Amino acid sequence: MDSFLTLIQVLDSTVRLATPLLLACLAGLYSERAGIFDIGLEGKMLMAAFFSAAVAAVTGSVWLGLLAGIAASLVLSALHGLASITFRGNQLISGVAINFLAAGLTVLIAQDWFQQGGRTPSLFAGGRFEPITFPFAETLSGVPIIGPIYSELLSGHSILVYVAFLMVPATWWVLFRTRFGLRLRAVGENPAAVDTAGVSVVGLRYAAVAICGVLCGIAGAYLATGLQAGFVKDMTAGRGFIALAALIFAKWRPWHAMWACLLFGLLQAVALRFQNIDLGGIVIPVQAMDALPYILTVVILAGFVGKAIPPKAGGEPYIKER
Amino acid sequence: MTLMKSLMGAAAAFALTAGAAIAEPAIIFDLGGKFDKSFNEAAHNGAQRWANETGGTYREIELQSEAQREQALRRFAEAGANPIITMGFAMADPLAAVAPDYPDTKFVAVDVSWLDAPNIRQVSFAEHEGSYLVGIMAAMASKTGTVGFIGGMDIPLIRHFGCGYAQGAKSVNPDINVVANMTGTTPAAWNDPVKGSELTKAQISQGADVIYAAAGGTGVGVLQTAADEGILSIGVDSNQNHLHPGKVLTSMLKRVDVAVYDAMKAGENVETGKFTMGLAENGVGVAMDENNAPLVTDEMMAAVEKARQDIIDGKIKVVSYYENDSCPALQF
Repeated sequence: MDSFLTLIQVLDSTVRLATPLLLACLAGLYSERAGIFDIGLEGKMLMAAFFSAAVAAVTGSVWLGLLAGIAASLVLSALHGLASITFRGNQLISGVAINFLAAGLTVLIAQDWFQQGGRTPSLFAGGRFEPITFPFAETLSGVPIIGPIYSELLSGHSILVYVAFLMVPATWWVLFRTRFGLRLRAVGENPAAVDTAGVSVVGLRYAAVAICGVLCGIAGAYLATGLQAGFVKDMTAGRGFIALAALIFAKWRPWHAMWACLLFGLLQAVALRFQNIDLGGIVIPVQAMDALPYILTVVILAGFVGKAIPPKAGGEPYIKER
Repeated sequence: MTLMKSLMGAAAAFALTAGAAIAEPAIIFDLGGKFDKSFNEAAHNGAQRWANETGGTYREIELQSEAQREQALRRFAEAGANPIITMGFAMADPLAAVAPDYPDTKFVAVDVSWLDAPNIRQVSFAEHEGSYLVGIMAAMASKTGTVGFIGGMDIPLIRHFGCGYAQGAKSVNPDINVVANMTGTTPAAWNDPVKGSELTKAQISQGADVIYAAAGGTGVGVLQTAADEGILSIGVDSNQNHLHPGKVLTSMLKRVDVAVYDAMKAGENVETGKFTMGLAENGVGVAMDENNAPLVTDEMMAAVEKARQDIIDGKIKVVSYYENDSCPALQF
């Protein structure tokens, strides 16, 4: 029973750690399916984390904070769109620039506004997303097996966690069951064909990049106002890149993205819970667990386990034939 | 116009002579940034105190990447800054490379103790002694018999903190369970409060009810989660008691501010060599103020004071992690 409780706690931690990854991963999914590579996920999350925490700290409203975070992330998305869609610049370079811009700007603005050394003041009650407790969670917690699963694992997360997991079927439905989704996927595979059909390639790509911005905004707000109570410089700590790794691992598919993010989250949670894992004489150091997401991604990329084929027109700016 | 010109000329000449007369000290903050509420901020406070008291000015830079370390050192040395104060163990290698090229410049290396150069003042702290004291308080405050330690980047210095802490806790209760975790192995581990929070939750689920964070910006997440979950935490380097009044048991003070202040005050004539600031020199200690007064009992105060005196008198020997790269009280 004790080890079962430990398992539940590790899985609970997995859900929390996987949520920002999942949101960022789905953000990247929309963008890359439309043919716009986005390594600026990290920067957008960071920007959103800062603005959501800053606005929540000033106004005391976490919802205004969320909106501000999404808006900030959208501005960076627009910048990425402008550079890579309208001006047909290199998408990778634009993404790198966004990461640098966000890392510098957040600290600079935070220092100017709050004079607390590039961080926001700590948020109190109304400025944070409180955990949602499901009905009967308390009464059911005594029931063996199902009780802890319901009250510990499913209940007690902030609303953004449930939003993130609901985004998975929503994304699947949009991409594979709607006309918009079909066109969005087509624009990432063969933009010329979409153009021939009389649909705006530029418009579709901007739409995809905007959706990406909204999702990154939610991810950033979750980090700063859901998991934490404020912004600290560089607080995304590489999660945008792990999300990209998860995207490749999932081969650009929504349900697989969820499982990949949960897997990466689980690896982190296990690494945090058990420092060194002793497997009958062989000790797996914690560093190996930390590196595992990247190792798995390289294995997938190298084609050992199926093949990861990115959208065909990914990274290519679309130039209309004359 | 001509008057203006001559005035400006005079001002410029004055500025030049002033610059030549007294060399400005310079300080290089480590990657955490000078407002990290911890190690670098303590250094910043020391430098500010010197500036306010003497009216002097100093140069400063906050490093943004590993590659800037040597560059910043050379820049300041070329500009004639003296002494040049560096923060953190990671400056050791760049210092070893740069210091011999500027024999007339004095360097002050905080948290470094193993270099061999005539013009470096190396100041290290007996963090294990201060951590021993907070370990005593943690063990006395714990009701579950389990206390936690969360380190930032996994380096010997942080193990040094954890080792003293575990020894202190075990001196009160030999059966106490010390759970120790490191945040990561890269410098990103200093700025990952999300991971700090998760580690705190993981330690709480293992029974810990007092957690000591020696993790820079990551510690902000540890202290926050500890306060949210209703357990006690212990801050580090600067006094962090005010971050969550009534929820932070104490802070292990590392008087980096004193080290910086002393070096700046001595100026160009700063004494070089190796210096250790321990309990006897008031280089480390525990923070007591109105924020944690309700949490600290008289027995705790007495126990800490006794241990402090015993360590100074040599009656208690706190084993340093550096001695043989292992800890008698804690397995990392």
